[in-house]
Amino acid sequence: MGKKLASTFGNMLVVLFGVTLLASASVAYVYTLTKEPINQARLNKQAAAIREVIPGTFDNDPMADKWSKESEGGRVLEFYPAKKNGETVGTAVKTYTQKGFSGEIWLMVGFLPDGKVTGYTVLEHKETPGLGSKMDVWFVKGGKGDITGRIPAENPLKVKQDQGEVDAITAATISSRAFLDAVNRAAAALQGDATSYDSTSGATTSENTESN
Amino acid sequence: MSNLSTFTNGLFKENPIFVLLLGMCPTLGVTTSAVNGAGMGLATCFVLILSNLAISWVTNIIPDKIRIPGYIVIIAAFVTIVDMCMAAYLPGLHAALGIYIPLIVVNCIVLGRAEAFASKNKALPSMLDGLGMGLGFTLSLTLLGAVREFLGSGKVFSIPVYSEDYGMLIFVLAPGAFLALGYLIAVVNRFKKA
Repeated sequence: MGKKLASTFGNMLVVLFGVTLLASASVAYVYTLTKEPINQARLNKQAAAIREVIPGTFDNDPMADKWSKESEGGRVLEFYPAKKNGETVGTAVKTYTQKGFSGEIWLMVGFLPDGKVTGYTVLEHKETPGLGSKMDVWFVKGGKGDITGRIPAENPLKVKQDQGEVDAITAATISSRAFLDAVNRAAAALQGDATSYDSTSGATTSENTESN
Repeated sequence: MSNLSTFTNGLFKENPIFVLLLGMCPTLGVTTSAVNGAGMGLATCFVLILSNLAISWVTNIIPDKIRIPGYIVIIAAFVTIVDMCMAAYLPGLHAALGIYIPLIVVNCIVLGRAEAFASKNKALPSMLDGLGMGLGFTLSLTLLGAVREFLGSGKVFSIPVYSEDYGMLIFVLAPGAFLALGYLIAVVNRFKKA
C-alpha cells in the first residue's frame, strides 16, 4: 500500500474535520430520507393497535379524534374514540405504568362505553423474557388471566395475591400488578376521575403531544 | 491470500464468535431467539462490508495517530444509517433489537476488521473480508439463538416444536446465553482438533 499521510497537527486537523463533516452530511441526508417512513411506521403501529383493541366496526378516524390527559411526570394518556354514525362505540386508551419489573410498560387498552375492557395490546415493555413478557397473551380473551368484560373503573383489577380476581402470570406477579395498574389508570382517566388515580391531573387537551 | 480464502476465513477459520470470541456483548444480549440473532447478524454484516470498503479507501489519507477516531466516526455513521433505515422499513425487527443496533458501533469485530484487515488491503478483498466475517457472525448468532430458543421456549424460528411449559427458562435469560455459548464453543473446538 501507498505512503501514509504524516501525523502532523495540520494533517490530523484537516483529515478528522473532513471525515466528521462527510459522516454527518451523509447521516443528515439519510435522516431526511427516512423521517417520513419512520413516522408512518409509528402511525401504522398505533392505528393497528387501536383497531385490535376495539371490536366491531367504526367509521371515524380515531387518530384524528384523539384527546389526551396529562399524567404525572409529563407523561400523557391518549384517548382514541371510535365512533359509528357519530356515536361512540368504544375508546382505545394509551396508558402506562411505572410499576413494571424493569422500566415502564405502555399499553393500548380498549373500553366499551360502559367501561368494560374489550382488549389490549402491549406497545412497549422491558419485562423479563419468558416471564413478565407473557403479558401479551396472558390477559387476553380466553387467556389464563382474562380481563376482558371486566369494569376496572367500578372495581379496580387486582391479582389474586392481593385479594383480587385476576390470575397473575406464573412467577411474574410484579409484572402482572404493573399491567393491571396500567389498565386501572386508563379506566380511571377515561371516566374523568382525574384526581383519584395517582396524580393524574386535570383534563388538559393538547393536540400536538406525541409521546414516544 | 486468494479472494475465496479471504471470504471463508471469517466463516470458519477465524469465526468471530466461536474462534476469535469478539463482540460478545450483542452475542449474549440479542440471541434470545433465532430471528433476533439473524437480524442482528445481518445488520452487523451490512455495517462491516460498508465500513471495510470505506476504510480501505481512506486508510492512506488518515494519519496514523488519529486512525482510531477516524474509523469510529466512519463506523458510527454507517450504524446510524442502518438504524434509521431499519426503523423506517423494518419497524418490527428494529423494536426487537432495540438498544443493540446503536451498540454495533462499539462491536469489536467491526473496529477489529478495520484495523487488522481493511486498513492494509484493497477495496475488493476488504469487502469480501467484511462479507465473510459478517456472515460468520450472522450464522453463529442464528445458531446460538436457535439453540437458546429451542431449549428455553420450545420453538425454532418462532415455530413451536414442543410445549413451552417444558422449556428450560434459564436458556432464554442471561445465564443461558453463557451456558449455550460455552457448549457451542466446546463443540466447535472438538471438531477443530479432529
